[in-house]
Amino acid sequence: MIQADLNIILPEVILSLYAMLALVGAVYSGKDKLAPLLVWLTAGLFALLAFWIAGSTGPSQTAFGGMFVDDGFARFAKIMILISAAVVLVMSQEYMLRRNLLRFEYPLLIALALVGMMMMVSAGDLMSLYMGLELQSLSLYVIASLRRDSVKSTEAGLKYFVLGALSSGLLLYGASLCYGYSGTTLFSGIIAAAGDHHAPLGLLLGLVLISSGLAFKVSAVPFHMWTPDVYEGAPTPITAFFATAPKVAAIGLFARVMHDAFGGITADWQQIIALLSLLSMFLGSIAAIGQTNIKRLMAYSSIAHMGYALMGLAAGTAFGIQALLIYMAIYVTMSIGTFAFILLMEKDGQPVTDISALHMLSRAHPGRAIAMLVLLFSLAGVPPMVGFFGKLYVLRAAYDAGLAWLALAGVIASVIGAFYYLRIVFYMYFGDDQDDNLDRTRAPVLQTVLFVSALIMVVGIANLFGIEGAAEAAAATLVR
Amino acid sequence: MIGLEHYLTVAATLFVIGIFGIFLNRKNVIILLMSIELMLLSVNINLVAFSSFLGDLVGQVFTLFVLTVAAAEAAIGLAILVGFFRNRGTIAVEDVNVMKG
Repeated sequence: MIQADLNIILPEVILSLYAMLALVGAVYSGKDKLAPLLVWLTAGLFALLAFWIAGSTGPSQTAFGGMFVDDGFARFAKIMILISAAVVLVMSQEYMLRRNLLRFEYPLLIALALVGMMMMVSAGDLMSLYMGLELQSLSLYVIASLRRDSVKSTEAGLKYFVLGALSSGLLLYGASLCYGYSGTTLFSGIIAAAGDHHAPLGLLLGLVLISSGLAFKVSAVPFHMWTPDVYEGAPTPITAFFATAPKVAAIGLFARVMHDAFGGITADWQQIIALLSLLSMFLGSIAAIGQTNIKRLMAYSSIAHMGYALMGLAAGTAFGIQALLIYMAIYVTMSIGTFAFILLMEKDGQPVTDISALHMLSRAHPGRAIAMLVLLFSLAGVPPMVGFFGKLYVLRAAYDAGLAWLALAGVIASVIGAFYYLRIVFYMYFGDDQDDNLDRTRAPVLQTVLFVSALIMVVGIANLFGIEGAAEAAAATLVR
Repeated sequence: MIGLEHYLTVAATLFVIGIFGIFLNRKNVIILLMSIELMLLSVNINLVAFSSFLGDLVGQVFTLFVLTVAAAEAAIGLAILVGFFRNRGTIAVEDVNVMKG
């Protein structure tokens, strides 16, 4: 009995055991000297687990009386989370070593955060939802303030912590109401209690509070205040991590709760999500225009992108979930490439984040400039690039679900958003001349990631690497 | 007779006090931590009240998890606060402003 349950959660068990053993091992031996080794080990383990999960194609199964769900949707999200975290870890190695930031806790905290994320996307119960979410959040608070001697980094950690704890509180209050009004914490019990179209008022209140708590985690407007500060304050490799895996996990959890626990009352939550999506798209696009720090700009860009992803959720259909998964996969790939570029931005060995440093980059670094151009076009959703297809999918999903106004708003917001992406392109190709160009940093890993990511944005238009079929199968297991 | 609704009222009141503590407090970050704790504890009252009303133990199990997480959260919050204090020399809320969000 317990054996079968443990078999289902084996990837999570392996990862958490690894993190704990490695922590003890590192404390009692080389400490920070072991850090580079641990980074590679952890990234290797992530990749291994991703391949393992990709290879397990069995039917949906549940463990521990429905608290843990292992279905196609969870597997798809877990593969995205694991691979993106592995790439970000490998990318961060060099940057952190040179700045004396590479402590052995870093890869292990990321491993623990990943256990939380895998738990989140597999949650089948309010308790496992909460535990997964907190394991992820608590690790992220610490990672954000990893640079202990910097005011910005600790301030970012503090802000993230206070607002994150507030959102957990909201979510938890909603969870307690859901428990009270449905008599169970299992999603399968809640969906039965909510019934079709006639949910009790307490349950609706719980739904609203849970969605606002989750909106904090995906940084949807109006719960986005922490994002720009945390992105700016945290060391850049950590910002790259924040922009990828946790976003996938949070939006995966959002979709899981909405469909598994409140799937019968779609009409009730559709309005909330549509509003979150609308506000995020517009605020993300408009507020980014005034930014000169590229990390803050990416924060607003990620807010806007979360708005598009939420549009897929707002559709409330299986096609909507498919669109959401495709959008997230494309978004994560673009973000990783863009952050590889940001990590390469250095002047005299010091990282720079001001976009004015990019003037006429095409002359000194033509290769980097063209790769960034492709990525920025893709982020903006300019047609030949893969990013366009992600937007196309969510817009179609919203249109098919009768949210034509939302789809139209999405198109308008993406036109506004294109301005600040294209402004960077303008700087790189037609900007003012300047003498002190960016360093010719020799960072083979970062360059590889940047070019591979840009290449995917171009080559992927052929068939999106077959991700549509995989996402469709994954969505079918969530929306029944 | 004290029934479920009384407990829910107390919990809701405490929760709202917690939220207001976070937004209205301009003095000290420690007070923020206390407000967060207050929110989590009000949820515990809710859960235990529902659990006893429904005659179902799951709510109390949930409470134990929440208590554990609240303790971990307080520890991490204080640790980050100590790091911040070492760099900035103050823990007043209005001084958490190096970056304008």
